[in-house]
Amino acid sequence: MELLLQYIVAGITYGTIYAIVAIGFNIIYNTTGIINFAQGEFVMLGGMTAFTLKEYMPLPVAIICAVVITMIIGALIEIVFIRWLHKPSVLRMIIITIGLSILIRETALHIWGEGVTALPYFTGTSVTSVNLGGVFISPQVFWAVGISSIVVILLGIFFNFTLLGKQMRACSANREAARLCGISTQNMVTFSFMLSAAIGALGGCIVSPITYISYDSGSQLAIKGFTVAILGGLGNSTAAVAAAMILGILESFSIWALPAAYKDVVSIAIMLIILFVKPSGLFGNAAAARLKEY
Amino acid sequence: MLKIDNLVSGYDNLKVIQNVSIKVNPGEIVSIIGANGAGKTTLLKTITGILKPVSGSIFFDGQDISSTKTEKIVHLGCSLVPEGRQVFAPMTVRENLILGGYVQYKRKLGSDVLPYLDRIYKLFPRLLERETQFAGSLSGGEQQMLAIGRAMMARPKLVMMDEPSMGLAPLVIKEIFSIVRMLRDEGATILLVEQNAKAALRLADRGYVLETGKVILEGSSKELLENDDVKCAYLGKTKKDT
Ligand SMILES: Nc1ncnc2c1ncn2[C@@H]1O[C@H](COP(=O)(O)OP(=O)(O)OP(=O)(O)O)[C@@H](O)[C@H]1O
Ligand SMILES: [Mg+2]
Repeated sequence: MELLLQYIVAGITYGTIYAIVAIGFNIIYNTTGIINFAQGEFVMLGGMTAFTLKEYMPLPVAIICAVVITMIIGALIEIVFIRWLHKPSVLRMIIITIGLSILIRETALHIWGEGVTALPYFTGTSVTSVNLGGVFISPQVFWAVGISSIVVILLGIFFNFTLLGKQMRACSANREAARLCGISTQNMVTFSFMLSAAIGALGGCIVSPITYISYDSGSQLAIKGFTVAILGGLGNSTAAVAAAMILGILESFSIWALPAAYKDVVSIAIMLIILFVKPSGLFGNAAAARLKEY
Repeated sequence: MLKIDNLVSGYDNLKVIQNVSIKVNPGEIVSIIGANGAGKTTLLKTITGILKPVSGSIFFDGQDISSTKTEKIVHLGCSLVPEGRQVFAPMTVRENLILGGYVQYKRKLGSDVLPYLDRIYKLFPRLLERETQFAGSLSGGEQQMLAIGRAMMARPKLVMMDEPSMGLAPLVIKEIFSIVRMLRDEGATILLVEQNAKAALRLADRGYVLETGKVILEGSSKELLENDDVKCAYLGKTKKDT
């Protein structure tokens, strides 16, 4: 029983980071219809930048700076590579964002080398654990789950109750009508890149102590995040959180039942099955129906 | 208010609008009538900057807007109620209207948005009843009211409407048209595009007849309503009747 719970906790921990990557996918997808395959790189950049910065400043400040820096990189990417494209085809966007992810990864390799980095635990050390009814949980898990929950709640408030959030939703609901309301949809697109870069970077900082991060962590996270986004129904962030937990826990159990090497096979298999069987996702909604356009 | 000269516009190589010149004076209702595919929507899209003109000029309020961005044109006070309503379906009626007032926030007149929202709700009590409902769940007529309300929230000097009567029951059309008249009485300037020629011309002061991208006739509504060609082509009367 305890072992079972232990697996579930491990699953939730991984699920949290998948959820964060998936939310990043969804934010950009919703405002632009673009699937940004460089999303995982934002996570990597956040974790790596914070790791470097923490030598010079306290950890919380380093994390904030890393998030801001990644956010600026997100904005630059959109302004330099995406903004000037006039109605690009989906295929072209996929190639561009994959290209970008390679570019970012190679740059990261130059800056940080091949080494694996980890931020220190926010509280305690790697051996500290909280005993919760016989299940040992690292305090970092509480940080990860806690901060991610706060991010999800804040995003909900942002999109539903602020004018800027409403503008972004309007842009996602009907681009042309949004422009006819005087909303600069171009700026909304830039902003969506900034927002998902920031969220990705924060996610990278949170999980870095648990999962370690190296220059090439991004693409793996992107695949997991994409699987989760598809599983939940592209564009639906609440469903993505649920889907992320499902995937995290499934993966966790797969380690128990199968050799550890098969862990990643689980998510790829799920992604393929979903894409073949129900491309609108488990919690298929109207937004996902637009996927059919492709 | 609006002055278009020798406008040529279209999609890629297809020049849908050919040498169109149109004028709208302040306080007028001007109607553009024409059959399917005449280029009415294309014309309005070009005025609002969604399509870029190939040549010709568009002056709004004395300012050349032929290469101005849509957002800026709306900011200047020229709003479009697009063909097929185009409401923000997954957002509530209230959110749709607030977003319509977005340019007011940009003009630093944000405090006027909520009072004017009440004004719109008085004009369209049906929208108030459905305030928290998703726009996508409204009936066609209600969505049209919402689209008009949303455009009005921007407090435009000129409102352009693209076939507000499309797909609506006669009774609802009457209601919509009476609201258009009400808006005019309050001092709005309106450019109304319609296939429903009779109703549009009865409402308007002047009219233009657009055919395959060219203005083939223009004049006061009265003249157009009595014109034999118009009667025959757009008012559903045969030559014998007239
Ligand atoms: N996106 C587009 N790309 C290419 N051609 C288009 C496009 N939209 C419209 N057209 C063409 O432009 C012409 C004029 O279309 P437009 O929509 O302006 O007509 P309309 O007068 O508004 O007609 P309706 O009364 O049916 O709305 C048509 O021949 C149409 O096929
Ligand atoms: Mg039309």
